[in-house]
Amino acid sequence: MAWTREDMAMRAAKELKDGFYVNLGIGIPTMVANYIPEGVNLILQSENGMLGTGPFPYEGEADPDVINAGKQTVTELPETSYCSSADSFGMIRGGHINMAILGAMQVAANGDLANWMVPGKMVKGPGGAMDLVAGVRRVVVVMEHCEKTGASKLVTECSLPLTGANVVDMVITELGVFDLARGTHAPALLELAPGVTVEEITAKTQFAFTVALT
Amino acid sequence: MPLIRRAVWRRDGEANVVDKARARAEEALDGLLFDGMSIMAGGFGICGVPEHLIAVIRDSGVRNLTVISNNCGVDGAALGLLLETGQVAKAISSYVGENKLFAEQYLTGKIEIEFNPQGTLAERIRAGGAGIPAFYTRTGVGTPLAKGKEERTFNGERFIMETGLVSDLSLVKAWKGDHEGNLVYRKTARNFNPMMATAGKATVAELEHLVETGTLGPDNIHTPGIFVDRVVESHAYPKRIEKLYTRPRPETAGAA
Repeated sequence: MAWTREDMAMRAAKELKDGFYVNLGIGIPTMVANYIPEGVNLILQSENGMLGTGPFPYEGEADPDVINAGKQTVTELPETSYCSSADSFGMIRGGHINMAILGAMQVAANGDLANWMVPGKMVKGPGGAMDLVAGVRRVVVVMEHCEKTGASKLVTECSLPLTGANVVDMVITELGVFDLARGTHAPALLELAPGVTVEEITAKTQFAFTVALT
Repeated sequence: MPLIRRAVWRRDGEANVVDKARARAEEALDGLLFDGMSIMAGGFGICGVPEHLIAVIRDSGVRNLTVISNNCGVDGAALGLLLETGQVAKAISSYVGENKLFAEQYLTGKIEIEFNPQGTLAERIRAGGAGIPAFYTRTGVGTPLAKGKEERTFNGERFIMETGLVSDLSLVKAWKGDHEGNLVYRKTARNFNPMMATAGKATVAELEHLVETGTLGPDNIHTPGIFVDRVVESHAYPKRIEKLYTRPRPETAGAA
């Protein structure tokens, strides 16, 4: 039984440590905020200029001027501060953010990441992702293991335009968890989702990896 | 004996400034628009966007514009208005994800987009306004956006050179501003506005509230008036929300 999206968010949340400043991307990464472990205090950064991003507002209390980087309405916390986009990316590029959790279209064995365009078909633009992977100390990717066509998103080499080279530390999919260590060693399979076999995940993974189940 | 006797050149408590306030958005942009110009516009999505000033640009009919803005708004709002009328030739932006028309015009070759990473875009504008012609950043190294850019190694790490950006006209949105052009932004509506205010050959600020000079408090000002040429108050703000997310209010004790 592979992990659900909630399970994947919950697994990613285990990577969070007390005192971290964390940037969460759009999609499953946003859900990670719902599963912050007991006793872990952290501050969420939104790259549009909010440090200390709180939960969604109660009905009727949304403020159009308080949004996260996914443009969703959010709320202030006692520790919240606002800044310009230049200062916000100073935090990111300057290495002040401990962890970024984001989605991807492809991740390669050497830690390369692609998530901003499919030439001729789809373009979103790099947004803040290029800055995040270049500047944040630890980068965790949470994504589906395969495309809708069945093609693996864990590839020997990215065919899509890169967002960053040698930037991914860990990948979490519905099938398991890989340590990529920014390409400093071969990918290592750390965990399998319940009911998933090494054979199954091998069949659905393009890159070669070592098995280091804990 | 004091060298300057204050009372000679101003009365105590009286602001000694040229009044930058204009009564209407059209007046605030009068004489500043021309075909082929570059325009920076603040905002993240539709948050912190100088939308009344953008509407004036649409109505003026100026064409062949280069717009510098994080998103180019959304379909039918913010800079999306200028995409609908075909007034934009080129955009320098980081993200087109929520603007179908923008993405479509790009993929069909109707508009040129220079994609910048969001932090690089913010820093290029900051640098431009501060008189810094170029800087080095780790962002984008090894990606298609590094193509043609000078690369250098510092302390064993690779960096690419990015250039500072300035505009013919910067349009910013502030919460409060005074007659000297001092500005205060509100919450995440700040975003790109402070840097853009510094990087325009001319800068016009759209205000939610025009206040008397001297009432903002000198320590509270985000953008000093030197960067701002004109301000205009826009009434009846139709503040919109792009993605309204809420959570149910917890039941209060005894409510059941």
